[in-house]
Amino acid sequence: MSQTQSLRKRLIETPPHWTTMLALAVLLAIVAMALFAPRIANFPPTELNAMMRLKPADGTYWMGTDSFGRDLYSRVIHGARVSLLVGAGVALGAILIGLPLGLLAGWFRGLDAVLMRAMDGLMAIPGILLAIAIVALTKAGLTTVIIAIMLPEIPQVVRLVRARVLATRSETFVEAAVLLGTSPMRIIWRHLLPSTIAPLIVQGTYVYASAILTEAALSFLGVGIGTETPTWGNIMAEGRLYFALNPWLVYWPAIVLSLCILSINLLGDALRDRLDPKMKGRS
Amino acid sequence: MLSYFLRRLLMAIPVMFFVAVFVFLLLRLTPGDPAQAIAGDQASLAQLEAIRESLGLNEPLSVQFVTWIGQMLQGDFGRSLISDRPVLEMIGQRLGPTLALALVAMAMTLLIALPMGVLAAWRHGGMTDRLVMAVSVIGFSVPIFVIGYVLIGVFAVHLRWFPVQGYKALADGIGPFAHRIFLPGLALASIYIALISRMTRASMLEVLREDYVRTARAKGLPEGLVLFRHALRNAAIPILTVVGTGFAMMISGVVVTETVFNIPGLGRLVVDAVLARDYPLIQAIILLTAGTYVLINLAIDLSYALTDPRIRYQ
Amino acid sequence: MTFHPLKSLGLAALLAGTIALPAWAETTLTAVMQAPLRSLDPHLSTAQIVRTHGFMVFETLLGMDADYQPQPQMADYVVSDDMLTYTLTLREGLMWHDGTPVTAEDCVASLMRWSQSDGSAKTMMQYVDSIEATSERELVIHMKSPFGPLLELLAKPSPIPAFMMPKRLADTPVGEQIPEIIGSGPFKFVADDYRPGDQAVYVKNEDYVPREEPASWTAGAKVVNVDRVVWQAMPDMQTSINAIQSGDVDLIEQVTIDLLPLLAMNDEVETGILNPLGAQVTGRFNHRLPPFDDPEVRKAAMYALDQETLMQTAIGNSEYYQLCPSIYGCEVPLASDVGAEYLEGSADERMAKAQELLAASGYDGTPVLMMQPTDLTVLTTQPIVAAERMREAGFTVEVASMDWSTLQSRKNGWQPVAEGGWNYFFTYWGVAGIWNPLVHSLINGSGDDNSWAGWPVNARMEELRADYLTAGTLDEQKQIAEEIQQIAWDDSFYFNAGEFKSVAAWRTELQDIQSGPITLFWGVHK
Repeated sequence: MSQTQSLRKRLIETPPHWTTMLALAVLLAIVAMALFAPRIANFPPTELNAMMRLKPADGTYWMGTDSFGRDLYSRVIHGARVSLLVGAGVALGAILIGLPLGLLAGWFRGLDAVLMRAMDGLMAIPGILLAIAIVALTKAGLTTVIIAIMLPEIPQVVRLVRARVLATRSETFVEAAVLLGTSPMRIIWRHLLPSTIAPLIVQGTYVYASAILTEAALSFLGVGIGTETPTWGNIMAEGRLYFALNPWLVYWPAIVLSLCILSINLLGDALRDRLDPKMKGRS
Repeated sequence: MLSYFLRRLLMAIPVMFFVAVFVFLLLRLTPGDPAQAIAGDQASLAQLEAIRESLGLNEPLSVQFVTWIGQMLQGDFGRSLISDRPVLEMIGQRLGPTLALALVAMAMTLLIALPMGVLAAWRHGGMTDRLVMAVSVIGFSVPIFVIGYVLIGVFAVHLRWFPVQGYKALADGIGPFAHRIFLPGLALASIYIALISRMTRASMLEVLREDYVRTARAKGLPEGLVLFRHALRNAAIPILTVVGTGFAMMISGVVVTETVFNIPGLGRLVVDAVLARDYPLIQAIILLTAGTYVLINLAIDLSYALTDPRIRYQ
Repeated sequence: MTFHPLKSLGLAALLAGTIALPAWAETTLTAVMQAPLRSLDPHLSTAQIVRTHGFMVFETLLGMDADYQPQPQMADYVVSDDMLTYTLTLREGLMWHDGTPVTAEDCVASLMRWSQSDGSAKTMMQYVDSIEATSERELVIHMKSPFGPLLELLAKPSPIPAFMMPKRLADTPVGEQIPEIIGSGPFKFVADDYRPGDQAVYVKNEDYVPREEPASWTAGAKVVNVDRVVWQAMPDMQTSINAIQSGDVDLIEQVTIDLLPLLAMNDEVETGILNPLGAQVTGRFNHRLPPFDDPEVRKAAMYALDQETLMQTAIGNSEYYQLCPSIYGCEVPLASDVGAEYLEGSADERMAKAQELLAASGYDGTPVLMMQPTDLTVLTTQPIVAAERMREAGFTVEVASMDWSTLQSRKNGWQPVAEGGWNYFFTYWGVAGIWNPLVHSLINGSGDDNSWAGWPVNARMEELRADYLTAGTLDEQKQIAEEIQQIAWDDSFYFNAGEFKSVAAWRTELQDIQSGPITLFWGVHK
């Protein structure tokens, strides 16, 4: 008994943990890196030098050069832009589309059947295949890649929200609201929506991370955003061929990417702890 | 319960039809030409035209679709445009490795991720929690192919504990099978370990605050029993959802893992088929995956009812 | 002392195993080929891997030796003095893999099928009056008028060799794949072990009787010294390299050159060039669409490009590439320096000239759509380098990345760029596919819709290409070939971006690997 209470206390009353602050700092640094990329980078990210291929790191090329003789440091810096955009685009898109669908499906049982069958269908198609086909269908640009990665993520958001709604709707306070004749929209807005936020943050951070990783996988398979636009994904994908020669071609973008995702996850967790609706309702 | 089950089975029909139409249209609207994949890049346009004609690709789309659906209803999945072999035979050749890889990875995931998640929630905020979260975040943040290469580099090339690549069927003996499937299984499992341990932790945190957990503890039940019998069971819905979706998502990971470890499975077959525009093959694989997926999710939905008495089906 | 029956039994079994092993040990050669084998009909495909597969299972009437000369293989030949009658006599002991004897009738049917899909064979047929089987083992080709390269065509290893197959297979309509892989070659194809895109298996054809002459390329004795050959596809080069080091595979047909240092330290693996013929990288203009419908603009683009830069970025190690103006390959009999003036100057000097030419051409800023394949390592860099240099010269360039399959089909259309057309892309050609004006697809100047993508129009080129076919002497051929090369440069048919060699790697257990225009699996010991 006392353990649960002290747990609750710790969650509410302690100031942000130092790791949360650190994560915030790292994420802000990466966002700043993306915003000011042209000023921070030493070279234009696409500038080639055939004579300087696959050089190790030195004073000029801080992270060495890739197989085109391009400066890896400048590419990693610029890569932040696209990777953050892809991640944000996919996560926001998937949640903005998936959340209302999930709420509706969870509440209106009639709609549920139809909607969930379509979601089942969409979900049953292997995501990577869908993405490959979509990217090949149109030009391999940023928007295409975002849509291609987002589509297979939507059903997961819908299912998660729906599952949460199903669990919440049989709670006493929801049943009470129904008995009192509260309108469905109001119930969804007041009672169901808040209950989905915590799991959505967990899922959202996961989608964000997974989107950047899927983008890397698409590049790995040769159907990602073209090499003229550096992304952490395609930098790693190009570097993987030379992994045994110079693993840093993969490690550098992998490290920055991991840091980025690590901080997003930590922030997501911190947010989750604070946003938890039950916690708010009872304290 | 039984009628619910049957109704769900019936509902699978529109789902599959949706998949069939969607995939057919998506593929046929995609640029690319299977004739080119057969004839190679030096072929003349006249040669390509002859191949397209003989493959029936010059027929109107609607005719092609009706022909295809008609064949499917008779259980005929057609022949590969590129290799001219029966599609089902090609899939059969590749099914084993993929299934083995996915199941091994899933087993590894559950064995590692569930205890990790429960432990982290139980010792929430402590060192164990931080450690588990750190491990999970690494699994999350590093692409599977990097994990694959690191595993190969350390355990196969450097320590020589495992073979570098390849696949042996279970029929060749459990030893060789396990020896070769271990590293790819682990690489593939990494991201799901991360995902499911996080989900377990998040879910357990919720449940641990519930009254019945407090009651159970107050009754003086052993902590292990409280965690795994009472709490984990009630935290299962979100976890099950993720396990279910994870299985479908696994196909994506499978493609990359199969490439890195050179496992001749469905993942590679499907990528090859897409790149070569081998329509009947892609369509068949997707429909079969979709069918499997529908069944898995049906099983999961049923298990909701079993694990959470709050959900009832009329 | 106690007697352990189980122990001794185990020991006996162990001994038996050790002793018995060499008696039925098969030698299996496992190779990672440059591409996975996905289709099997060698008359239908121009892909290198299908050709290599073809030479395992099938044979050609004539072989080509290392001096580029046609030599008897399945058949000996006699040419009449007026060059109008070719008599081919099948050698004895030739059997199809299904056990039936090879007949002249089979060969006539095979030639007919081949001539419907191979471009040069189609041209040849315009000069042929008849092909007929005059006996079980003799076939005669009657010509309407002399056609110089006939023997060479029957012997050529690329792009579609004149493979022979039983009549029942050869009667399969063109465009449809043959239902069975039955040839008369030194290896039999194991259909049951074939997994398209993953694995192909061949076993030694025990009934094959090799010729007497020593082996040279596809001519002479094809003596097989291994029992099985397995082609194992590995989509990832790093995996292949790991696998050859651990002994899982014996041969990698084409190693990424940047990764050669990884193998240099390994005593058990050797690397080298097995195919003396390189591959030419070609940058193709779309002559039908602006801006490259203007010869002056094309010329400016040619100067913006630079062989050295393109090759250095793509290959890195200058040991494995060659720069020359010859459109037929750097080291073939028809190679010459004609057109060298278009390659003069350092990268910087060329850029200055390009800027000057472009300014003078009246280029209006029409964007150039450059297609870039993302999944074909050999060709990913050139479009990026070319785009950078063309931009520097003053072009507006948009790089469109796509998978190789999309690129290949997109190249076949000439609709405006906005509707899915293109302006420029790179590809590469094995030298055997371009080594004379007859087989070279990029110098077709007819502008015909059905000609290979690019569609240049040049009437003089067409006259010369026709002349080449009837030229009587080698000198005459050479002279015509040079004039063709000059026009190809003058009129900017395409940019010859240099030639690279494929480097193979093999384990040192392999002895006597044969060199050839394709990878050959006879001769080699393990």
